[in-house]
Amino acid sequence: MGFPHNPHARETVLLSQYFGDPEARSYKGWVKRGGYEALQQALAMPPAAVTDVVKESGLRGRGGAGFPTGLKWTFMPKEKDKKKPHYLCVNADESEPGTFKDREIMRWTPHALLEGTLITMHAIQADVAYIYIRGEFTEPFAVMEQALAEATAAKALGTFKIYLHKGAGAYICGEETALMSSIEGKRGNPRIKPPFPAAFGVFGMPTTINNVETLAVVPHIITHGAAWHKAMSLSSPKSTGTKLFSVCGHIQKPGNYEVTMGFPLKDLVYELAGGMRPGRTLKACIPGGSSVPILNREETERCLLDYEGCVAEGTLLGSGGVIVFDDSADMVYQIMRLARFYAHESCAQCTQCREGTAWTTKILERVLAGQGKMQDLDLLLDLAENMTGKTICVLSDSCAAPVVSGIKKFRGEFEDYIAGRRRAMVA
Amino acid sequence: MPDPNGLVNLTIDGAPVSVPKGTLVIEAAKQAGILVPHYCYHPGLPVAGVCRMCLVEIEKAPKLQIACATPVTDGMVVHTQSRQARDGRMGVLELLLINHPLDCPICDQAGECELQDFTFQEGRPATRYSPAYAKRFNPVEDFGPDVLFVPNRCILCTRCVRFMEDVAQEPVLNVSERGDRAYIGIHPDARLDHPWAGNVVDLCPVGSLLSKDFLHKARAWELDKTASICTGCSQGCNITLDTRDDVVVRIRPRPNLAVNRYFICDHGRMNYRWMNRGDRSEAPLVRQPDGTARAVDWDEALERAAAILRGAGGAAVALISPRVSTEALFLARELLASFEWTGAYQLVMGEEAPLAGVPDLALRAERAPNARGADLLGYGPDYAAALRAAEQAAVVLVLDDPQAAVRPAGALIYLGTVPPEDGSDPGADGTLRSAELVLPIANVAEEEGTFVNRDGRVQRYVQAKPAPGMAQPAWWVLGALGARLGRGTAPASAAEVFDRLAASVPAFAGLSYANLGLGGRVIGADAGVPA
Repeated sequence: MGFPHNPHARETVLLSQYFGDPEARSYKGWVKRGGYEALQQALAMPPAAVTDVVKESGLRGRGGAGFPTGLKWTFMPKEKDKKKPHYLCVNADESEPGTFKDREIMRWTPHALLEGTLITMHAIQADVAYIYIRGEFTEPFAVMEQALAEATAAKALGTFKIYLHKGAGAYICGEETALMSSIEGKRGNPRIKPPFPAAFGVFGMPTTINNVETLAVVPHIITHGAAWHKAMSLSSPKSTGTKLFSVCGHIQKPGNYEVTMGFPLKDLVYELAGGMRPGRTLKACIPGGSSVPILNREETERCLLDYEGCVAEGTLLGSGGVIVFDDSADMVYQIMRLARFYAHESCAQCTQCREGTAWTTKILERVLAGQGKMQDLDLLLDLAENMTGKTICVLSDSCAAPVVSGIKKFRGEFEDYIAGRRRAMVA
Repeated sequence: MPDPNGLVNLTIDGAPVSVPKGTLVIEAAKQAGILVPHYCYHPGLPVAGVCRMCLVEIEKAPKLQIACATPVTDGMVVHTQSRQARDGRMGVLELLLINHPLDCPICDQAGECELQDFTFQEGRPATRYSPAYAKRFNPVEDFGPDVLFVPNRCILCTRCVRFMEDVAQEPVLNVSERGDRAYIGIHPDARLDHPWAGNVVDLCPVGSLLSKDFLHKARAWELDKTASICTGCSQGCNITLDTRDDVVVRIRPRPNLAVNRYFICDHGRMNYRWMNRGDRSEAPLVRQPDGTARAVDWDEALERAAAILRGAGGAAVALISPRVSTEALFLARELLASFEWTGAYQLVMGEEAPLAGVPDLALRAERAPNARGADLLGYGPDYAAALRAAEQAAVVLVLDDPQAAVRPAGALIYLGTVPPEDGSDPGADGTLRSAELVLPIANVAEEEGTFVNRDGRVQRYVQAKPAPGMAQPAWWVLGALGARLGRGTAPASAAEVFDRLAASVPAFAGLSYANLGLGGRVIGADAGVPA
């Protein structure tokens, strides 16, 4: 089990304050650190008031889509139908390549998640919560199990019920409707929306689905107030609070870094994460997990890490999985690996995704093998167009995004393979 | 603006359409005469929205929408033929074909394949998929008694999976694996042997699920299709008889939302070989004084029959098959009206096999299509009593009941599609084989007429092929005989017989052959009389 680094001076440690502190994992240790006070505070408030505070705080979903959290909660029925219990699903499937922040929250501060979960359950009047934990997360699962047992023994749950649900290791189960299908015991396939989860969610009941990091922030917002959270913003006022960024790739100090929204990506990469390896320079960066468009060096150095800042550079903040490539990276190979991942993980429902991801991979493999043709690049772009915005979920779009941005920004590397200027490889 | 009739008004390809609230765009388009190409959507199955073929452009929507999962809204403007929509669908077709074997010349589905049809209609003229790339391969699998699975042709529309799961409610099929490795899987311990499993073959839009029974029998374009009614049980499922060169080669369901929706059971589906039997009664046979039977023309045969009926009096018995038309049952009863007559049928019973997901749809225990019609016309189920009564009767009329073991004291007239099957020697005394007259009649595929199903729905069936030899529809024979006995003119058509029936039998009041249409009508429904 790896231990996290000591916080950098420019980090704003909120969620990551107790990363590496084994005592914080226990119920007693968490209470000693002020844990579960926010819960008591929230339980004393009417549910709508809790929602209002979160709405006012400007908190947006940390899973990738960045949807305003408080607003999402208001979609739940106000008047609870006795025959329709409300559910909260906690998305702890964290399967986006390059992202490993939820894992650390669960590993080190399981009670932060439980507390956030309980407050949210109160706000949306949920009776039951499912924490859907990625199958590969054996250690976080064990930590969560222990924490839940301790919290239950300490009667911290009250009448709320929380179940830990272990996924079987499918990327697509991180998609909210697929996650619900999986909880229901079905094949983890995304479902058509509408109906939206707030009306027809897990088991057909009103359901809210939130990411681990989103919920872990909630107790802090209750404790410190909406204004405090709203004030944490370095750039766009529409992006507030802190965000955990998982930095990996060609970087000196990979790991999770918590910074205030609007922090420059350049500083995160060069300063906090220790910069490039000696003698290497930055070539590209994926700022929000494998599904978002790739940034080149100039864009990376300009990009501000919040929802708006990423959009301004033509990419997305996503889940905050920062993948760094230095000048030794073979972008054609990297993009093929991403496409291959999506081809492997496509749930096979939608035609564009099932066939398109696989075809894209075959073309890229052929280019790498030195047998590509120049028209393959146009074909890839046309395929990507066909795979974007036409399917049930965005897995297909996620495969297309790095391909399009990769060809646009690193076309020369593709052409080198096709023209035989680069040694072919069998990938 | 909300419509006073609760209808939603929208525009599809420039045509105004008004449909009930909740209607899906794909169904609304049908109202405007527009078929939006689709694969996974089927009106008899839950919406899946996975093939993405029915992409259409809807004004004010940020991206293309699937017509099969988008409900109409007031003022919606839909374009099915815009550049964007056509490009979207062309993209789907190209992707569906990259792993497809393109083996149309040897595929049973060719000619009635939706992948072929829509590709011709709006697909790309050539593929961009390099021939160097491998196509997905999985070997052919035997799914069940009549279903063969050819995975390479599958486009994973999941209609079969949803049929078994939601309609048959025996979920033995699934989508196995992910990505482009996905295929339709069957539970390792299960067979696709549900009594309604054959519907997956009809539902499959491509040649992936095939009927073993129909395999390589005919090409789709060689088939003539005729609307008919299944004779397998009293449900009265609407079917299409597919004939090739006047041979029935396949039965498929014909949609009727009030009866069988889009489905038929396997019992009904396989219930056609007898329609092609070669050993039929082909000429009227008249018993000679020496006991032998002589083939005669209809004029002589009818004259002989008329003479028998004219000369007889007292009791008459009709032993009928509940598989003959309402028209024949009506005319037989008219013919015997001057006698003290009784009529009965023998009903073969079997096991009931419901289709769980559709209310009131089952393979019924009563394995005949017209017992209800017989009941309404005064025939009864007490066959044994009728057999006993027949022994004393002056006249016994056997209507397509070739196994009737009857020993009448009086005259015996047998109208049958097939020769007597009572098993005794031709010369044996007093059996069906020694009938005064054996009159050849057409079977259900060879005539038109009506059946009344168990719910009192009167439904028409249409002639699919010619009758063999001199065989004639039973209504023609009985009608001509009636005319010879001076009971009005001989009817010229089944329609005429039915209209006479509707005019004289109160249960059928208000119905006419024309207004039955092809969907049929329930007796008494219009008059408010419980059916």
